Amino acid sequence: MRPSIVKAKPADVEKDASMIKQKEMMANHFNRLTDATESGAKVASTFVPGNLNELIMCFDLVNNLPEVNAIQSGLRKQSGAYIMEAERSGHSEDVCTYVKSDIGMMLKGNIGPNGKKLPDPDVLLLSYTGCFTFLKWFELLREQYKCPTIFLQTPYMADGKVTPSMVQYMVKQLKENVIPTLEQVSGVKFDIDRLREYLRKSAKAEDDLVYILQTGKNKPSPIDAYFGGIYYIGPIFGAFRGTDDAIDYYRFLREEVDQRMLKGLGPVTPDGPMAEEKYRLVVEGPPNYTNFRQFWKMFYEEGATVVASSYTKVGGTYDYGFRHDPDRPLETLAEYCLGVYTNRSLPMRIDMLCDYINEYEADGLLINSIKSCNSFSAGQLLIMREVEKRTGKPAAFIETDLVDPRYFSAANVKNRLESYFQMIEQKRNGKGAAA
Amino acid sequence: MTHPTTAEIVAQCQTLFDDLRFASARKWKEAEPGRKVIGYLPVYVPRELIHAAGMLPLGIMGGGDNLEVIHGDAYYQSYICRIPRSTIELGISGRLDFVDGMIFPSICDVIRNLSGMWKMLFPKVYVKYFDVPQTYDDEIGGVFYTGEMREFLHDLEGLAGRKITDDDVLNSIAIYNENRAVVNDLYRLRAEKPWQAPASEAYLVIRAGLLLPVEEHTELVRQYIIAAEAESRPIKDNSRVILTGMFCEQPPLNLIKSLELSGCYVVDDDFMLVSRWLIGDVPITGDPVHNLSQAFLHHSMSTAAKYEPDLAEKGQFLVRSVRATGAEGVIFAAPSFCDPALLDRPMLQNVLKAADIPFIAFKYAENSGQMQPIREQAGTFVDSIKLWSAA
Repeated sequence: MRPSIVKAKPADVEKDASMIKQKEMMANHFNRLTDATESGAKVASTFVPGNLNELIMCFDLVNNLPEVNAIQSGLRKQSGAYIMEAERSGHSEDVCTYVKSDIGMMLKGNIGPNGKKLPDPDVLLLSYTGCFTFLKWFELLREQYKCPTIFLQTPYMADGKVTPSMVQYMVKQLKENVIPTLEQVSGVKFDIDRLREYLRKSAKAEDDLVYILQTGKNKPSPIDAYFGGIYYIGPIFGAFRGTDDAIDYYRFLREEVDQRMLKGLGPVTPDGPMAEEKYRLVVEGPPNYTNFRQFWKMFYEEGATVVASSYTKVGGTYDYGFRHDPDRPLETLAEYCLGVYTNRSLPMRIDMLCDYINEYEADGLLINSIKSCNSFSAGQLLIMREVEKRTGKPAAFIETDLVDPRYFSAANVKNRLESYFQMIEQKRNGKGAAA
Repeated sequence: MTHPTTAEIVAQCQTLFDDLRFASARKWKEAEPGRKVIGYLPVYVPRELIHAAGMLPLGIMGGGDNLEVIHGDAYYQSYICRIPRSTIELGISGRLDFVDGMIFPSICDVIRNLSGMWKMLFPKVYVKYFDVPQTYDDEIGGVFYTGEMREFLHDLEGLAGRKITDDDVLNSIAIYNENRAVVNDLYRLRAEKPWQAPASEAYLVIRAGLLLPVEEHTELVRQYIIAAEAESRPIKDNSRVILTGMFCEQPPLNLIKSLELSGCYVVDDDFMLVSRWLIGDVPITGDPVHNLSQAFLHHSMSTAAKYEPDLAEKGQFLVRSVRATGAEGVIFAAPSFCDPALLDRPMLQNVLKAADIPFIAFKYAENSGQMQPIREQAGTFVDSIKLWSAA
C-alpha cells in the first residue's frame, strides 16, 4: 500500500521563508550576470567543485557557473536541444552532456534562465578539481571566448589523505598565478582581510548547512537529502558562499527544518509534505535534471526518503568537519578543493557511504549512475558490492543522465525502484522485524 | 654475423603481443630471486625510476581483441571505455599475479578511479596513482612533480629493500635516452620510407618495448631498422596520413592493417606515447629527478590528457607533425567513450581546418572486429586526398 501524501496544488503550496529567499537570491544573481555588460561588472566562469567564490568576490567579479547553467537548462527542458546543437557542430555523443548543453546554449545565443543573454566571461577560472572533463571544457570555452584562462590544479586524494605538499602546491598556484591574474583582469588589488571576512561568513553558513543535512538522522527525516538537498546546497555550492544572503538563507532553512522536526513531519515535496516515511535511502551519484520532478515523485509516492547523499558533497564535505578557516585563508581554499567528494579516492567514497548507511540508519544504498559523468560513475558497480558486503544492506543500481533527456527512461527507472523497495521489504521480513 | 629479417623480428614481437600471460616478463622475474615487476597504464610514467630500482616496468595496454572479458564487464557500465574492463579481467583472471606493483597515471577519471578499484581488489599489490603537473612553471608544477617522483622513488626503495642512488637513476636515464633515440629513428624511417617499415610492423616492434627489458628492446629496434632498410619492398600509391587519438586504449592490430590495406601510409601516430614522451635526451649529470621533471615540463609530447596553457599553441603539434612527415591528412581515431580524445577532437579539427589539412574521424574499441566500414571510410578519404592534391 502506498503511503498517503497530503497533496497540494502548486498554487496552494505555501512557500517557506527559505524558498522565497533562495528564489530571490537566484533571480538577483542572474540579473546581475545578464546586466554585467551594462553595469560594467566583470564575470568569472568557474566550476562547482573547487569553486573559490570568496576569492572571486575579493575582485568584485560576478561568478558564473556553467554547470549550474546546464542544470537550469535541464530543469527547463532546454538542454536536449542544446545538446543536439553541440553534437551537430562536431561534439561526440559519448561525452559529458553538461559540456554539450553549455556549448549548445552558447551556439544558440547564451540565453540565461531569466530570458536575457548571459555575458561572455572576462576570465575562465579553471579549477581542476575532481573531474577531468573540466580541463577540456574550459579549453573549449577558451577557444570561443579567447579570454584569460587561469589553471588551478587540485591533486587527487588517491591515498586518502591531504599532504602538506598538496596544500603547498595549491597555495603556490593561488599566490603566483590565480591571484595576480584575477588582479589584472579585475583591476582590483587583492586584500587578504577581505578574503578572511568572506571566509568567516562561509563558515557560519556551513555550520547551518551541516546541521540541516544531519537532521536526516531523525525518524522521520524532516528533509530529503537528495532531491530536497539539491535546493539546500544551491547557495553554498554556487555564487553565495561567503555572503550575508547565504547566512540568512541557512538560518531560515534551519528554523524551518527544526519546526518540521518538532512536529514529527517528513520532507516537503512538490506535492506537499510527505506523511509517512517507509524507506530510508542513501543515494550515490548526481540526479537527473530533465525529469527531476517525475524522478523525485517515484520516490515520495512510495514513501522513500533519501536521508543522506554523496551528491550534496560535490561542493564540499562539510559534514566531515571541514570549515573555511579565516586564519589560514589560502590554505583553507586549497583544503576545501582537495576535500570535495569527487576528489576523494574510491575507498574513501565507499567509507563515506557505509558511514552514512550506518549513521543515518538507512535501509540501503541506491546508485544513480550517470552516463555523462565518469568521475562519479567509473567504479560504482564495485562501490555497490562493497557497501552491500560491509553494511549487509541491499543496494540497487539505476542509470540516467544529468541533462540529456534521451537517457532518462521513466519506465525502466520506476521498475527498478519498485523492485528495490520490494527487496528492502523482503530483507526486513527475512529478519522478522521492520526497521 | 647474420642479421634477422624483418619477418623474424616481427614474428618475435607478434608472439610477445599475443601472449596475455606475459611469459617473457614472468621469465625475467624468475631468472633471479628478488626481482620485481611494476605494471603501468598509459600514457606516461618515468620508467627510469623503476629501472633504477632494478625492476622491470611492464606496460599494460588493456587486453586487446584476443581477451575474452568475463569478469571485467561486471565492473563497468556499458558507457565506459573498454581498457579498464579488460585490465580488470587481466587482474582477476590471474594473468597479472606476478606483478608486484601497478601505476595508474593521471590521464582521465576512469583510469584514476581504477587505481582505487585496484587497491580494493588486489590489496597485496603496491598501487600508485601517479599524479603529474598540469602547470608547467618550474617553481610550481616542477616542485610538485619532483615531490611526486621522490615519493615514488621512496616507495620503490621500500619494495626493492635497498637505496636507489642518483647514479642508479642517471644510469637508467642514459639507457632510456638510447631507447628513445632508436624509437625515434624508427619513426623517422617510417616517415621517410613508410613502405620499408609499415605501421603494423612498427607498432609491434614498439609495443615489444612495453614488455621487454629496455636494453633488449633497444637492440631489437636497431635490428629491425637495419633489416627494414636492407629489404626491398614495393612502393605503393598510398597517401600519407597521421593517426591521432589512440594514446590510451590501443586499436586492434587489424585496424592498423586495415588502414594500410585501404591505401594509407601511417607516418605518425600517438600509440604508446610512453616510448617517446620525452623529447630529446634527458641530461645524465646533476639531479636526475630534477632532469626528469624539466623534461616533462618543457620537452614532452602534447596529448589530450595534458592541459595546453597557450591557446595559440593548441593543436599545433599536429600541424607540425603533418609538415615534418609530409602527411596529406589526419585520421582522428578515438576509443568509444574516451573523454580526453573525444573532448579534444573538435578543437584539433578546428586547428586543422585553419591550416587547410584534411581529416576524417571514427571510433573504435580495442576489441572491434568489423573493419569493413573503417576500411571504406579510410579508402574514401585516401581517394579524396588524391583528388584534391591532383586539382
